[in-house]
Amino acid sequence: MTSSALRPTSPTSDLTSDAAGRRLVDEIARNRIRRGRRRRTVMIVLALAVVAVFVLSLMVGQTFYTPLDVWHVLIGEQVPGASFTVGRLRLPRATLAIAAGLCFGLGGVTFQTMLRNPLASPDIIGISAGASAAAAFAIVTLSLDDAQVSAFAIVAGLAVALLVYALSYRGGVAGTRLILIGIGVAAMLESLTTWVLSGAAQWDLQEATRWLTGSLNGASWPQIIPVLIALAVLGPVLLARSRDLSTTQLGDDTAAALGVRVNLTRLVVIVTAVGLISFATAAAGPIAFVAFLSGPIAARLVGPGGSLLIPSALVGALLVLVADFAGQYAFGSRFPVGVVTGVLGAPYLIWLIIRSNRSGGSL
Amino acid sequence: MVLTTPERAEDAAIVRRPRRLRGVWLLVALGVLALAMFASLTIGSRDVDVSDVLAALGGGTDGFAEASVAKRIPRTLLAVVAGAALAVSGAVMQGVTRNPLADPGILGVNMGASLAVVIGISFFGLTAASGYIWLALAGAAIAAVFVYTIGSLGRDGATPLKLALAGAATSAALASFVSAIVIPRGDVSASIRSWQIGGVGGGTFASLEQVAPFLLVGFAICVLSARGLNSLALGDDLAAGLGERVALARGSAALGAVILCGATTAITGPIAFVGLVVPHAVRLIVGVDHRWLIPFSAVAGAILLTIADVVGRIIARPTEIDVGILTALIGAPFFIWIVRRQKIRQL
Amino acid sequence: MTEQHTLVVERLVLGYGDRVVIDGLDLVIPTGRITAIVGANACGKSTLLRSMSRLLTPRGGSVLLDGKQIHKMPPKQLAQTLGLLPQSPIAPEGITVSDLVGRGRHPHQGIFSRWSTDDDAAVAAALEATGILDLAERSVDELSGGQRQRVWIAMALAQQTDLLLLDEPTTFLDVNHQVEVLDLLTDLNRARGTTVVMVLHDLNLAARYADNLVAIADGAVHAAGPAAEVLTEDCVRAVFGLDSRVIVDPTSGAPLMLPIGKHHVQA
Repeated sequence: MTSSALRPTSPTSDLTSDAAGRRLVDEIARNRIRRGRRRRTVMIVLALAVVAVFVLSLMVGQTFYTPLDVWHVLIGEQVPGASFTVGRLRLPRATLAIAAGLCFGLGGVTFQTMLRNPLASPDIIGISAGASAAAAFAIVTLSLDDAQVSAFAIVAGLAVALLVYALSYRGGVAGTRLILIGIGVAAMLESLTTWVLSGAAQWDLQEATRWLTGSLNGASWPQIIPVLIALAVLGPVLLARSRDLSTTQLGDDTAAALGVRVNLTRLVVIVTAVGLISFATAAAGPIAFVAFLSGPIAARLVGPGGSLLIPSALVGALLVLVADFAGQYAFGSRFPVGVVTGVLGAPYLIWLIIRSNRSGGSL
Repeated sequence: MVLTTPERAEDAAIVRRPRRLRGVWLLVALGVLALAMFASLTIGSRDVDVSDVLAALGGGTDGFAEASVAKRIPRTLLAVVAGAALAVSGAVMQGVTRNPLADPGILGVNMGASLAVVIGISFFGLTAASGYIWLALAGAAIAAVFVYTIGSLGRDGATPLKLALAGAATSAALASFVSAIVIPRGDVSASIRSWQIGGVGGGTFASLEQVAPFLLVGFAICVLSARGLNSLALGDDLAAGLGERVALARGSAALGAVILCGATTAITGPIAFVGLVVPHAVRLIVGVDHRWLIPFSAVAGAILLTIADVVGRIIARPTEIDVGILTALIGAPFFIWIVRRQKIRQL
Repeated sequence: MTEQHTLVVERLVLGYGDRVVIDGLDLVIPTGRITAIVGANACGKSTLLRSMSRLLTPRGGSVLLDGKQIHKMPPKQLAQTLGLLPQSPIAPEGITVSDLVGRGRHPHQGIFSRWSTDDDAAVAAALEATGILDLAERSVDELSGGQRQRVWIAMALAQQTDLLLLDEPTTFLDVNHQVEVLDLLTDLNRARGTTVVMVLHDLNLAARYADNLVAIADGAVHAAGPAAEVLTEDCVRAVFGLDSRVIVDPTSGAPLMLPIGKHHVQA
């Protein structure tokens, strides 16, 4: 294919100066908008789905309440029966589900994008395990209150992130080494968590499940507030970096050549992601695989080319809501949300590995 | 080619020298093992002294001291046997897969055995070890095949990274299934929990008796595979060129490894990292000849697990820390150290 | 036409860890011309290029764009004037050609900027200039090596910089694609006056396509100037440690280096 001779163009004016050029530019613009349309549609559908499942989880349960009842409770009126069940039990639980899901979705896809590898998710490379171990320790051994537990969790999350990074640094961070070391650190932290929990007065399976796989049982507003604050503060910081984050997908050198401050972006983005994950983990435990799954699922739905932050957050929220709902009512017994996501997520992880190995892709 | 020239004879002498040293080291190791076993018998929530130990060994059970010792005997034996089995299993797995990161825990084999046992206990009401040893073996074998198949898809076959990832993913999957089964079953969850963490505290003479024949078979197969493993280490093509039946050697060695770790897991629950750490440490002293590596790993593994159990009893008096936790806490940093040492290409 | 910019390297010192790769290097890049940097592996040519595009901070000396140190300039501002195509750029899975070329507009967009007609026009112009308009909606994964390299060059073009640095743009391409890419860069230079600086491993292609040839050896400039002056048998011996014969290429008139090895040498 021979290259066409260049027209003596200067930046933009020549193409728009004649009809053919204008048509070309229009066509490019139209295609771009068409691609964007799929994104927008998917995001709107996801958001609607989150709202729908939220309302559903408030309505459905051992007792069924109508949307009208739910509405009355939400606006603060006293409805006999519903005020307690919906207001005190289901509402905090559903809210935590959404808040934690948003955090995990954001945090997971950020790591996967930053490290250019779907396996480099914070719940696989030990960050969730670290936050969880710290939270378990803070609650079970030290009996701290919720704000302090969150503080513990985020410090631990950051410490683990730093540790894994430092351990895998040998003149640069090779993805493969990082992931393996992360898996090793996660294994260590999980056994630490088990130790902490078994040292408690008696082996509490509920508590153990919460801190090893994640559970929304007994959600209460004091637990949820820190997560909401994290979302309100860290969320916008992360979203502001969204374009820079997408650009780093092209490789550190290319991104730097396009004017991205790569190291600064990496730092800001990872700290916010760890923060979001840690706060959510302190309240709900390390809900297995949500951080890992949200990004890839969002990518398949939304298609390539745009920022995955918001779609992934929405997918995360939807996953947690649906998994928790299913865990409560879909099976014979009640399963905590972490077990449901674990049973769904682990095979997907395996499938991802199979697919990647088969196509000869590097991990 | 005959080694007759003086320089060659010297070289031969140099090659022979480490072998003599190896014998010495083995004796030293056995001595350390004896000490460790002794410590295991004496130390615990109640310390006893030598005379009590000797009396208990002789069969007497008068008094608390001797009763304590008597209880510790099967536990110590289990630690020794399990440690040896897991270490040898790891050494053989590393040889079969030519993978420095292979370990029955990392490759998900332990989890496969666990899941099978949990299924047996929950759905078939099995209670005795004899019942679920066969299940554990089946679970271990299926998991091993599964992980190896996934890990070897793709052009470069089963690289250490791909295998470790496949193992980690499979472990996670199987662990989720275990949780899913156990959680609603209040009736069995208590007994499963204590077993699930991985410890030698539940050792009894009865369970040891039941598992012994399996372990013997497993050990025998592994020891006999040693020469095959040495050839396999050179690569499949070269090994075949040297006349080795590659598929047979690999298959039988893998079978031995699976039997060892499956049978062990049936009694102790999943204990990870012993199979990873011990062979690497032993290789530093003994070299890569599997004929020495395997027996040495057995002794070293026995030492490691026995001492870990003793430590677990000391650190958290009056409660104890299960061995599975300790091996993870020690083994994981070791795993990380190994990963750091590897050149990227090898991963 | 493009604005005139000057790019000058003064007493540059570069290294990794405790290794010093470049020690006190001076170089002036002629504006509006094509410069090719050649040298043996690990002589520092890629390192030099990377520091000229600010990817590497110098230990000593400076790189001056229009007299200002580039390491002190805000990255986005620099990216609007100087573009780099590094050695191994990564294309996100499944991305279309248009989207990838569009990424080149990043330096011109702030956090809250929306896409403007200028952006679309720049992308269209870049696609047209590299002759890949018909590939615009295809997925980058499906393209051949040569086509993919054109896409990367288009992305760099969409950046609309007056200087373009390329790190080994032809190394993994078949020879026909190598020539394609170099012809494209020449078109770019002639039509727009873009200053092109590229690291090339093929000495003969470098000699043919460069207006200005720079040979790096032992962390310093061994020779710089028109190819006919730089590519001599002495130079090849000094830089590559290789005996050779240099003749005039009958196709292009540029110097042609013929290596002399141990075998297949006619007396």
